[in-house]
Order: sequence, then C-alpha cells, then structure tokens
Amino acid sequence: MRRRLIKNLLSSPCSEPPGASSAALEHTGAAVRGAIARSLGRSLAIREVDSGSCNGCELEIHALGNAFYDIERFGIRFVASPRHADVLLVTGPVTLNMREALERTYRATPAPRWVVAAGDCAAGCGVFADSYACVGAVGKVIPVDLVIRGCPPTPTDLLQGLRWLLDRDAGRRTRG
Amino acid sequence: MLKALFANHAVDPTHHGWPLVTVESGSWRGVGEALREGKLDLLALWADADAVCATLYEPATRQALSARLPVRAGKVGSLAQFHAPASRMERTIADLFGIEIVGLPDARPWLDHGRWPMRHPLAAAPDPAAPAAEYAFLPAVGPHLHQIPVGPVHAGIIEPGHFRFTASGEAVVRLEQRLGYTHKGIEGLLRGKSLDHAARIAARACGDSTVAYSFAFARAVESALQVYPPPRAQWLRAVMAELERIANHLGDVGAICNDAAFAILHAECGLLREQTLRACGSAFGHRLMMDRIVPGGVAVDADPAGLQAILELTQRLRRQFPELVELYENTASLQDRTVGCGSVSPGLAAQFACPGYVGRASGRAFDARTDLPYPPYDAAPIEPATLREGDVDARVRVRILEIERSRAWLEAALAALPPGPVRVPLDVAPAGPTAGNTQGATAGRAQGAALVEGFRGDILAYVRLDPARRIERCHLRDPSWLLWPLLEAAIEGNIVADFPLCNKSFNCAYSGHDL
Repeated sequence: MRRRLIKNLLSSPCSEPPGASSAALEHTGAAVRGAIARSLGRSLAIREVDSGSCNGCELEIHALGNAFYDIERFGIRFVASPRHADVLLVTGPVTLNMREALERTYRATPAPRWVVAAGDCAAGCGVFADSYACVGAVGKVIPVDLVIRGCPPTPTDLLQGLRWLLDRDAGRRTRG
Repeated sequence: MLKALFANHAVDPTHHGWPLVTVESGSWRGVGEALREGKLDLLALWADADAVCATLYEPATRQALSARLPVRAGKVGSLAQFHAPASRMERTIADLFGIEIVGLPDARPWLDHGRWPMRHPLAAAPDPAAPAAEYAFLPAVGPHLHQIPVGPVHAGIIEPGHFRFTASGEAVVRLEQRLGYTHKGIEGLLRGKSLDHAARIAARACGDSTVAYSFAFARAVESALQVYPPPRAQWLRAVMAELERIANHLGDVGAICNDAAFAILHAECGLLREQTLRACGSAFGHRLMMDRIVPGGVAVDADPAGLQAILELTQRLRRQFPELVELYENTASLQDRTVGCGSVSPGLAAQFACPGYVGRASGRAFDARTDLPYPPYDAAPIEPATLREGDVDARVRVRILEIERSRAWLEAALAALPPGPVRVPLDVAPAGPTAGNTQGATAGRAQGAALVEGFRGDILAYVRLDPARRIERCHLRDPSWLLWPLLEAAIEGNIVADFPLCNKSFNCAYSGHDL
C-alpha cells in the first residue's frame, strides 16, 4: 500500500480537461445559467434520484467521480440527502411506483433548488414512455431546469451540462 | 428425472432452445415435489393470459425443459408451496395476469404497488384500479427490537428499492425487501412490437447488462426462427459479453472496498473500468455497447482500431490488476470486514439455483457458458470460478478470478476472430427440420428460449412470435429474482453497518428484476 501511495503521489494526476460534448442542452432559458453560481458560489451539492431508469444513466453518473472526469475538482459533489442538496439530478421515465418518492424528494430539497433531467427517459423520449407503468418525462412531475439527453448520456455530456449550469467556462469566475 | 417426469407429454414442435411440454395439474405437483427435494432447479416461472410456464434445469444431466400448465377456471396450483424461490415469481404472475395461484403461501402483491391505472395489466381483460392497501411487512416480535426503513430513494447513486430492517441493537434480526419501484411494464410494452423495436426495449431492461440481455433476446429469437448468426458475429458477441463482465466486476470490486471505506481500490478499479468502457466505445461505438447485439448477429462490425484498443486493455489489465488484487489481499483491516461477513450457505445457494458469482462463491458451480453452452463458448470454454466460503470476501475473489479468466479469454479470442459477415437476415428459410410443420417455422407461431451468462448470472429469455414476426409474448428473467431473497438470508446476524458491504457484494439488479 505504501508503495502504491508513493507511486501515485509521484505521478501526474489522471484528471483530464473536460471534453467538449456534441450533445445539445435543453434548458429553461439563459437565466438559469449562472443562477447557481450567483446565489451559491462555486460549489454544487447534487442529490441523484433514479425514478425508474434501467441503471445505464447511473453507471455514467458514477463515472463522473472517477479520476479521469474527477467532478469534485469543479466543486460539484453528490450528497446523501435531498435536504443537503442544491440540485436534483433525476434519471428514468418516472414509474408510477416512484412518482410519490420523486415528489417527496423534491419537496424535501430546500430552496434555492434546481432540477436536471438526465437521459432520454427523463427527457420523455425513451423507449418506456408509452407504458401503463410510467409517467414519462420528469418535467411532467416536477419542474425541470435542464435536460441532458443521451442513452445514456456520457460522462462528458453530463459534465458539460452540470458545468454549464454552474456557469463554469474556463477562465470565468462568478462571485456568489 | 426430467425424462421420467415428462415421458408421456408431447413436446411442442414450435418451441426451440430446449423442449417445451404441456402438462396438467398432477405433473405440476410432481414438479413442485422434485423442486422441494432438490432434484430439479427452477430457472424461471412466468405466465401468459391462459397458462403458466416453468423452466426447469436438472443439474445431474445438464438438461433444461419448460413445462406449461394451462389455467383452469382462472387458477393454477402453486409451486411456491413446495419451493420458496417460486414465491415472488408467483406473486408477480398474480399481479400482472390476475391468475389465482392456489396454495401460494404469501398472497401479498409484489410488483403492484396499487399505483397503476389498472390491475392485472397483462390479463386478457385488465381489471379497474383499486386503492392501494398498505403493504404488510412481516412482523418480528421480541424484546429490544427497532425498525429501520431505507428507501426507495437510497443514499448513493443507486436504483430505488425499499429495505425494512428489524434490528436488535446493531445486529440485523430480519431484512425484508420491497421491490417493484422501477417497474416499467416491459413485458406489456414488448407485445406487438417488431423485432427491431423489441430488441431496443430488451436492451434497456437492465442497463449494466445490456449486452447480455441483447444476447439472450437475440438467441431466443434466432432459436424461434431457426436462424444462425455467422461465426464472426458469434465471436464478437462473446467479446462484448466478456468486456461487459470485466467492466462490471472491476466496478464492483472497487465499490465493495469503498463500502468498507477503502477508497484507494475504488479509485484504482475505477480507472481500469473507465479504460475498459473507452475501449468498448472505440470498438463498438457505444461505451456500454447498447444495441450492438441484434437478432441475426451484431449491428455493425468492430472498428479495427477499437479491437486494438481492447487488446491493449487486456495487456494493461494483465500488468496492473494483480497489484490491486495483492493490495486487497494484504490489507488486514479490509479483510477483517469482508471475511466472514454476509455468508450464504451452499445449501441455500443450491436450493435457489443461485446464479452467477453469488452462487459460485457458495459452491454452486453452475455457469451457463459451461453447463448449457452456446457459441462460441462451446468451442472456446472459460472455466467457471467456484469457491465455498460464501461470504463477501468469496464474492470478491470469484469476481477477481472471473476478471482474470475473461481477460485471458479475450486475448485469445481477439487473435482467433474469424473474418466474414456479421449479420444474417432473419427471413432466411429455416436451416433445421421443423417437425410437423411443413410450411416452415414462419408459417405459425414460433417460440424460442435461451439462457445467457450475464455478469451477475444467467439471464433467461423466452419469445413467442406471431405469424407477422411480431412479439406475441416475451419474458426476460433477470438472475436477481434468485439473488435478492438470498441477500435477506445473508445479512441476518450481521450488523446494520455491514449491509452496504453485503448489498454491493451481491449487486442485484433492480430494473432487471422489476421489469
């Protein structure tokens, strides 16, 4: 273990510059951009909610924490409770069995709060949209500020969306 | 045993993959008794509007068979009264089809939470919705007990489900799960769909096993139509399946260690997993290889530079993974958490026909690639990794062995990859004989079944196609049906704080299970 720690300390970090994603972002308007940075400063606490996804989106959200994407260096971290969160990151087509849990999680998130719908199911255009068991787009259940499409969205897509929300272009700083 | 049980029953000539026989209630009871006595394994149990169907496996002869029991006056006899693993499957049949399962010991709904716009959504005539009754968790009585409810929204980035713990101090007296939160109505959605559309739905039943699900669905369809993918496609499918296995096992080993607060292995395994996904993306155009396996073969041929990336990955794993294994084995504080924690006895694993690494860590040597082999594993087998201790540590070590064996298999497979086409059209004339059906398999209803070893265990797919080649019925059985109940057994007597460790060591699917 000591050998590995020393080796890691002496090598350069694996973190890569955030890549450009070709995925378009759908949002409620330019005003939402930077709103977080202006009101909260430079960090973001995210509560992830799976409203019935296939788990593909969750895999790529997990990847944001690996040493290549290293999302925490941008001040973005995932929290265990909606009561600690600034943003809800919601995946899945909102199954009827998860609808109430999603609504209660949203109500438990103190203002100011924003909602990001991640993945085609959450955007309302996934393969499960017409099922008897699903509501469809997350936006049908709670207000959504940003949609990141993909099946699943890659970590690069997700990072681009979250950094956009935080108004984190390279070289720009915003005082909260 | 299987032969004797069904000697007098006619085999359905339209069903391929393994035999399908229609039985009556006497033989069904015989099946229940054989399951209770451990002579047969229950692989799956599902229904149509007018029948229930059980897929059985006889370990002694390595044979599978499906037994179909017609519904009479809305009822069938319960197998769960003989064999506990059938319980949740029968509760689900009652939820979805409204069939009365006579003798079912646990009559509570399972996937139906009372939130759908109807009851019995897959019945010929669904019933109107009824107000949801409160779910009656099993009672636990005794001094100094308290309940801890967890979920459906869990602390991490993870699928939703409810765990109701009863604890005495720190020790878990009982864990009861309630699942179904991610039920998307997949089997209803599949009905009437074209094969292309259905393949896209099947690929999204369980995102971390999308390759294995697509593989099982494709094989079931090909069985039904008696179509054979070309050799290059057979090999590419297995390359993808082994990559999916390696990627998930790397993630799991890291995540299990992380749940024992050993973050460095989580970080290191995370790097290797990411490099695996990038190689997959480079070779197959999608990091998770979704929609790449289709009925008839694979959707597109692998990119040559991507295949080179996979080869380099196998070499990197050979160099770097053993050091991580050494770190796992030599960290006493980590071993102290994983060894002896969350044990599943070999007896329970056998009774539940426990799939995958959980079964193999508890002495059940079954692996669909070896025991019911399918191409290319019949020509190029991978030796299953089996241990007996059945604890968290054993489930980690089985994964470590499987990473190493899949890695070696991949290296050899890449060198042996045959050239040629990667897909056959599905409307070729059937290659095999179709007994009793001189117009060819496409004239009537064709049925096919397949079992594919996904990373967490065997996935069963059954399809029935109508004359227009659309899905009349498709059942996808996730290995988690037989894993979730064993997690309840594994956590008993352990401390609540060890639950994340046990849960991660199982890594059961929620979405694959909930359909």
